[in-house]
Amino acid sequence: MTAIRVEDIIKPENLVYKKSSVLTDVPMHYCYGCSHGVVHKIIAEVIEEMGIQGEVVGIAPVGCSVMAYYYLDIDWMQAAHGRAPAVATGYKRVNPKKYVFAYQGDGDLAAIGTAETMHAVNRGENIVMIFINNAIYGMTGGQMAPTTMVGQVTSTSPYGRDIDLNGYPLKITELIAQLPGAAYVTRQSVHTPGNVRKTKKAIRKAFENSAKNIGTSFIEVVSTCNSGWKIDPVASNKWMEENMFPFYPLGDLKDSTRDDANTYMVQKLKK
Amino acid sequence: MGDIRLMKGNEVIAEAAIRCGCDAYFGYPITPQSEVMETLMARAPWEETGMVVLQAESEVASINMVFGGASAGKKVMTSSSSPGISLMAEGISYIAGAELPALIVNVQRGGPGLGTIQPSQADYFQATKGGGHGDYHLLVLAPNSVQEMNDFVDLGFELAFKYLNPVMILTDGVIGQMMEKVELSDFKPRLTDDEVEQRSGHWAATGKKSTRKQHIITSLEMISERQEKFNQKLQAKYARMREEEVRYEEISCDDAEYIIVAYGVSSRISQKAVVLLREKGIKAGLFRPITLFPFPNKRINELAGHAKGFLSVEMSAGQMVEDVLLSVNGQTKVEHFGRMGGMIATPIEVVTALESKLIGG
Amino acid sequence: MAKARGAVVVENEVCKGCNLCVVACPQDVLSLHKEVNSKGYHYSHMSNPEACTGCTNCAAVCPDSCITVYRLKSTVVA
Repeated sequence: MTAIRVEDIIKPENLVYKKSSVLTDVPMHYCYGCSHGVVHKIIAEVIEEMGIQGEVVGIAPVGCSVMAYYYLDIDWMQAAHGRAPAVATGYKRVNPKKYVFAYQGDGDLAAIGTAETMHAVNRGENIVMIFINNAIYGMTGGQMAPTTMVGQVTSTSPYGRDIDLNGYPLKITELIAQLPGAAYVTRQSVHTPGNVRKTKKAIRKAFENSAKNIGTSFIEVVSTCNSGWKIDPVASNKWMEENMFPFYPLGDLKDSTRDDANTYMVQKLKK
Repeated sequence: MGDIRLMKGNEVIAEAAIRCGCDAYFGYPITPQSEVMETLMARAPWEETGMVVLQAESEVASINMVFGGASAGKKVMTSSSSPGISLMAEGISYIAGAELPALIVNVQRGGPGLGTIQPSQADYFQATKGGGHGDYHLLVLAPNSVQEMNDFVDLGFELAFKYLNPVMILTDGVIGQMMEKVELSDFKPRLTDDEVEQRSGHWAATGKKSTRKQHIITSLEMISERQEKFNQKLQAKYARMREEEVRYEEISCDDAEYIIVAYGVSSRISQKAVVLLREKGIKAGLFRPITLFPFPNKRINELAGHAKGFLSVEMSAGQMVEDVLLSVNGQTKVEHFGRMGGMIATPIEVVTALESKLIGG
Repeated sequence: MAKARGAVVVENEVCKGCNLCVVACPQDVLSLHKEVNSKGYHYSHMSNPEACTGCTNCAAVCPDSCITVYRLKSTVVA
């Protein structure tokens, strides 16, 4: 028996996974272990696999992912804070055949941009909305977000989020699921290989939906912000599982390809 | 002769948009300009030309929809009135910072705050000096007739695409609401996607082709040296506008000793005042800036050489008068006369103001 | 039964040493190197290469897309 050397395995014919060609070579500015990088990667993979690099535009938010355009080699717009769904609407309405996705964080989508979020979905814009919920404002230095957990320490809730002072964490995805314009609403995570694969499936489905004109596809990714949380990436995953998943449970909230009532309603409204 | 109609200024904005091949209008209702979107919705241009008309959830959303549509290289516009334009200030700054072409119509009403729904010209500073944050300018057109409401839509888009800069039609509740004879423009077809690619394909987000680098529509630059360079580029663009785009009208200015400077509806009132003053033997003239940015500084400076005084007539506490003062640059007297809060000056009031402020006694 | 054989290549300079791939690897193939890259990160590497099955789990969770995975198509070794 001859031992197989590593050099014998590392050959083009044995390649099973490489970085997507839709990702650029610019090193990501994100902190080590940041969920953004994983989500960027799977969006890139979906775009590559669907062969739509020339047919897709992204809308970057204000927040950590403001410079997402450096990492995905597609055309981008960078919206004002919270306004990505409105920018996406404007773009999609004049270019209905393009795939349009808005990529937003919790402060962007669920605080300053709540109105734009709700109304874009309520109109049933045929866009993909990707919502990174890491329960904190990362870019500005770890302040309290609309989705910050009760008792969670942030730089603007240094004694923990107090509901008397700050109100409750916002389950905006549950609100979104109530809107007839939403075709597909799901909550996923990217902290394990299995979850990454599920999220990728969800993102693929969302992009496919937008070509079917059945309404908005909305994907929340419960994410970590180890710098903001001030724990390491592995511990962040554990903290997320223990503290966020019970409040933000993973899974589909709505899938109008299965939900006849809503599909009917969307189509009736469209008529 | 073209298509002659009797129409409201606001209705004409809508009609002109359809006829000039506009791709989309995004708006939110506000008095005194709601007829723009109402007319568009009634005309249903999506059936005729494919133009999109969408009522947004707010002015904040509508201006950002304009950002999105403009990013695609399309001809997109919005309209509002003063409080709504304040809400758009952020988006307008982003559009200027991302160098996007867009047309914004402000049918001014009185402020501050909710103010009044009656006409005003108190948004001059906001329109010409920036309005939102950062060093930027809009190219500002000031129509004084329903005919110019028609003409400036097409012109506005032309300039927006020439400079890749937002253009504002700064009008007021009088011009927006009044009915007048108008010769409508001929229909121009909307550009096809191929034509959009030809015109704007070098910068627009039209989908990344394998033959080119990605296009990123952004106003963000983290490196200060580059941001300063970008600011300098913007300033060079504004300097070019100052050289090439100044527009104005002079009425009886050649021999005038006293020159009234007025735009929009105030220029119509002032034109009558000039007639009344001339009847009284006072050599008065009217200078009407048509572009408020770029402001016709040079021409006013020339006129100041042989005039005894200037009166800036505006429906505001005195905003454009500051530009007149800068233009005249101390050569002669400059005064302001204005009514506020939705009150409209009469020609007699303008005559009296000119006599008392410039001639004396 | 033949066990799948794989190998990974970590782009050392792009790796930020977040350790997520190390934890995700079901075969304990990876660990953070005691050396650091030019940015000062302890990059991930195969410290136990024989155990790698090329399952791609490490690459799936990698935020910086710095892992390439190879797997022998068929194992001829008995």
